Parts: sequence; structure tokens; C-alpha cells
Amino acid sequence: MIDENDVNKIAKLAYLIVSPAEKVRLQKELNSIMEYVNKLESADVSNVKPMSHVLGSTNVFREDVCATSLSNEEALKNAPDKSGRFIKVPIIIDQGGEH
Amino acid sequence: MSDLTNLNLSELRSGLDEKKFSSVELTKTYLEKINKNKDLNCYIEICNDISLESAKDADKLIASGKKSKLLGIPVAVKDIILTKGIKTTCASKMLANFIPPYDATVTAKLKEDGAVIIGKTNMDEFAMGSSNENSFFGSVKNPWNKERVPGGSSGGSAVAVSAQLAPLALGTDTGGSIRQPAAFCGVVGLRPTYGRVSRYGVVAYASSLDQVGIFAKNVKDCAAATKVISGHDKYDATSADIEVPDFEAEAGKDIKNLRLGVPKEYFVKGLNPEIEKAVKDAINVYTKLGAEIVEISLPNTEYAVPCYYVLAPAEASSNLARYDGIRYGHRAKDTLNLYELYCKSRTEGFGDEVKRRIMIGAYVLSSGFYDAYYLRAQKVRSLIYNDFQNAFKDKCDLVISPTTPTSAFKIGEKSADPLEMYLNDIFTIPVNLAGLPGISIPCGFDSNNLPIGLQLIGNLWQESTIIRAAAAYEAETQWHTKFPEV
Repeated sequence: MIDENDVNKIAKLAYLIVSPAEKVRLQKELNSIMEYVNKLESADVSNVKPMSHVLGSTNVFREDVCATSLSNEEALKNAPDKSGRFIKVPIIIDQGGEH
Repeated sequence: MSDLTNLNLSELRSGLDEKKFSSVELTKTYLEKINKNKDLNCYIEICNDISLESAKDADKLIASGKKSKLLGIPVAVKDIILTKGIKTTCASKMLANFIPPYDATVTAKLKEDGAVIIGKTNMDEFAMGSSNENSFFGSVKNPWNKERVPGGSSGGSAVAVSAQLAPLALGTDTGGSIRQPAAFCGVVGLRPTYGRVSRYGVVAYASSLDQVGIFAKNVKDCAAATKVISGHDKYDATSADIEVPDFEAEAGKDIKNLRLGVPKEYFVKGLNPEIEKAVKDAINVYTKLGAEIVEISLPNTEYAVPCYYVLAPAEASSNLARYDGIRYGHRAKDTLNLYELYCKSRTEGFGDEVKRRIMIGAYVLSSGFYDAYYLRAQKVRSLIYNDFQNAFKDKCDLVISPTTPTSAFKIGEKSADPLEMYLNDIFTIPVNLAGLPGISIPCGFDSNNLPIGLQLIGNLWQESTIIRAAAAYEAETQWHTKFPEV
């Protein structure tokens, strides 16, 4: 059973802000979905391994050789705020506030 | 020249190669028709200028004698697939102004074959949805009945082909997002085997489930276009290094003694009787063609949808963590610190369904719940995979089923209850979990004149068998020749 505290915790994990009204709605929706998901409890998984993906491929490597990549200009094209060759971001040291 | 939009790929190919019309004329005709049908809202971006430039280049190449399958052919591309220099939004406010600096591999393959990218199609935001009602750019309408949904998440692409606003369209299918809208719109939609088509440059929703596939007017066209986009890609570590057969060559081949498995768990109470009848009629056609019909059991079917709604949101919560307002995408204004910037940007940028799935994902992966949900769901995935492998091992060559439990529902009818919406995918989801290829082809209409889709599922890498069987059914029926009036 997901309670209001859980909704707050989940929102924090997901980096989302949830209004009080949304919290009520989400609590209901998430509980409804998780109740349905609980069906999985009756499955007999005693003899199977977890499957993360179908192909079973692992460690697809290439040679450690430089190849062409995006130019700095191309890479920054969609930056919301930039300065020269850099993306501009807020100060992250000693700013105070939560986190 | 409005009849040009009625032609299929083969007809367009010979028309262009025999100089009956040019790619520029063809593209102009489509652009005109697209601009006349904006109320369907199936295109987010119409590439008015770029497409004509590509068409001009294509005409030059055709004149010089170059031969390739899609040369000069207009193709619509789902807006989740990166197209260099052309806005790619994933139908989200988060990427509303994002212009990719590179092409997806499938985009590059289309361009290499000379295709004309005519527009980016509307979709459910970040591919999360089954009705195309979750788009930041508004809902897409079903051209068979504009009060009905086209299905999702590749609703725009399905409508583009159904309304004949493009002869071909690319979509993606994570839980049924090609097959379900194909069924709702009465067109052919093929989801290839996981790993058949590169996912490089395709915005990730659930990385172990996503695959790019083709919408077309008939099976042969679908097969031809699927070959163009398929193949190993060094930029996609999950793409398979396996040869791509000539899928198109399967159309017209015999299907005598092909064994079609009918899963008893799919024909339960609650299946719409008109859909059941249409599928049973299709099974009779197959019997007439010499196929053998076998009843099979996929005993873990009931766990597929709950399994998906643990795994897909979990993967999505990880994949969508990159949208933080820093390097690209929506960045909130007036934030006091980094944490607030992250949260506000994401909260403002994402729609409700996306937020819901990210939160479910975060929950099932969180400490204390990981084993009970995520790990258990991964084990259930093995059960579902094994069910299919057991059936294919010695009982059947293909599985046959309805694509959807109902025909297209009304806009707004299911959007109040997320869970009710999720149940649209009961027949399509198992295929994604097992990594299998699956097609939906038109097999009838219900009493509301809405299309009904038939699904054929093959074992890994068996697109050829699917194409062969689908084409055989198509040759005996007329459903694929029907298009809505627009």
C-alpha cells in the first residue's frame, strides 16, 4: 500500500515536484497499478533465472581507437544556456537550499 | 495527380523508374494532401522544403540510372527517431525545440536508399501510451472515425499510412506500439525481432523492449522497407550481427503444412465477439490455404502485462533520467539551485503519463522493493520467453491471434483510468517480452466500420515466415485494399 509518505519519497527519487492535489491522484493511481502488478506474486519463478534482455549478448567491445565525434559546436547546439565552449549551469557549491 | 497517393510502394517504384512521374511531383502531391488533412494531427513536423530538396536529388539519381527500393519515395518518420537538422520532439514539451545534431542509423539508412523524409509523425509522449492521447502536440485522430483514437504510441505513423498521407512510415514498438495502431487503423505494421534493427538515435523508452518497425499498405511493401532499415550496427551494442534475408521474396510463397498455433489463453471471455469472429474467419482462410491449425498453450500469458508494467517503467525511469534541463531540452527558469533546476525542468517538461511511469519505475527499483518487483518481473519474463520457445520447438511455426481485444475506442473513453488503458496491449506485450517479431495485418471490420487486426508472431529471426504467411492471407482477401475517405 503506497501512502502519502511513499509518494513523496518516490517523487524525490524521480526528481519530480508533485502538488498536493496531484499527490492524492497519484496515490490512487499508483496503488491501482501496483495492485495489478501484485499478480506476479502467484507466478512460479522457482526454476528460472532473471532475463534482462533476450539476446543474451555481453560485453560488446570495439578497439580503443579514436574515431570522429560531434564537434563542440554541434554538441552545444541544443544547450539551454551556453558560454563559449561550455554549457552554463547554476552554481553548485555552497548554494544552500535542499539537497 | 491526386491518385498518386493511392499507389503502393511497388507501383510507385515502377512509376518513378519508368519516368511516369517524378519524385518532386509525388512529394508535392503528398505535401498538398497532408496540408489539407491537418485535422488528423498525425504530423508534428511537415518537412515542406527539405522533402522537396531530397526529391530533387532523388530525381537526379533516378535519371542517372540509380536503382534502389526507396529512391524518391516519401516516408514518414515517428518523432522519436532522430533526424539531423529536423526537429525531433518525442511529442514532449521536454524536447519541443530539440534539433538533433545527428541522424539515427535507421534515418541514415533511409537516406542512403534515397528515401524522401516527408515529415515527423505524432505519437504518445516518449512512446508511452496506447491511444496517441498523450501528446504535447494534441491527440491524433483515427481517419476511419475522427472521434476515435488511432492507437499508440505510433498513432501518427499509422494514420499517415491509413489516410494515405505517406506510402510508408517508421514507428517503434515496445509493448505493441506499431501493431496496435496498425490494427486500429487497418494497415500493416511489423515489429522485427529485437536486435534486427538498430536503436542508435532512437530515443530510448525501454531499452530491452524497443524496436523500430514499418507501417505499410500491404505486406510486400512492409517487407521491402523492413529490409532497408535492418542490419547490424556497430553503434548499437544490442543489434545482432546476423544476415538480413530478402523479406520481400517471401511474398507469394506456399504455406502448405505451415503450423499456426492458436493460444487458448488468448480466446477467453471478454474478447470482443466481433474480433473473435474475424480472427476465426482468418484461421479458416489459412486452413483453406493448406496450413495446419494447432491449439497451443502459453500458460504464463496472464503475467505478461503486469510484468511489462514493472520492467518498462523501470527502464524508462533510468532512460529518462538524462532529461535534467542541463545539456539539452527544457530548462526551467528562475530556479534557486541545481536540485530545483532538475526537478522543475522535469516537472514542467513531462506529461502525466510519463511522470506516472517514471514514478512506478523508481518505486519498483527502490531499495526494499527491487527483489519483490523488478527481479521477480525479470524471472517472469523468462517464463513468458520459455512459453513461446516451447510452442515453437515442436508445436507450431507461427502463433496466430487477435492484435487487440477491442477495435478503436473513443477519444477520452479510457484516459481516466491508466490501468484500463494498459489492458489494450494484452496480446502485443508478450511478444516484446520474448523479443519476438510480430505483425498486424487487416482482417476485417466491426459493426462500426472500424478495422480489426490479425497478429502473427514468429520465433526469433523468423520475419520471413511471418511475411510468407501474412502475404498468403492478403492474397486471398481484400481488407488491405480498403482505405478511409479523407
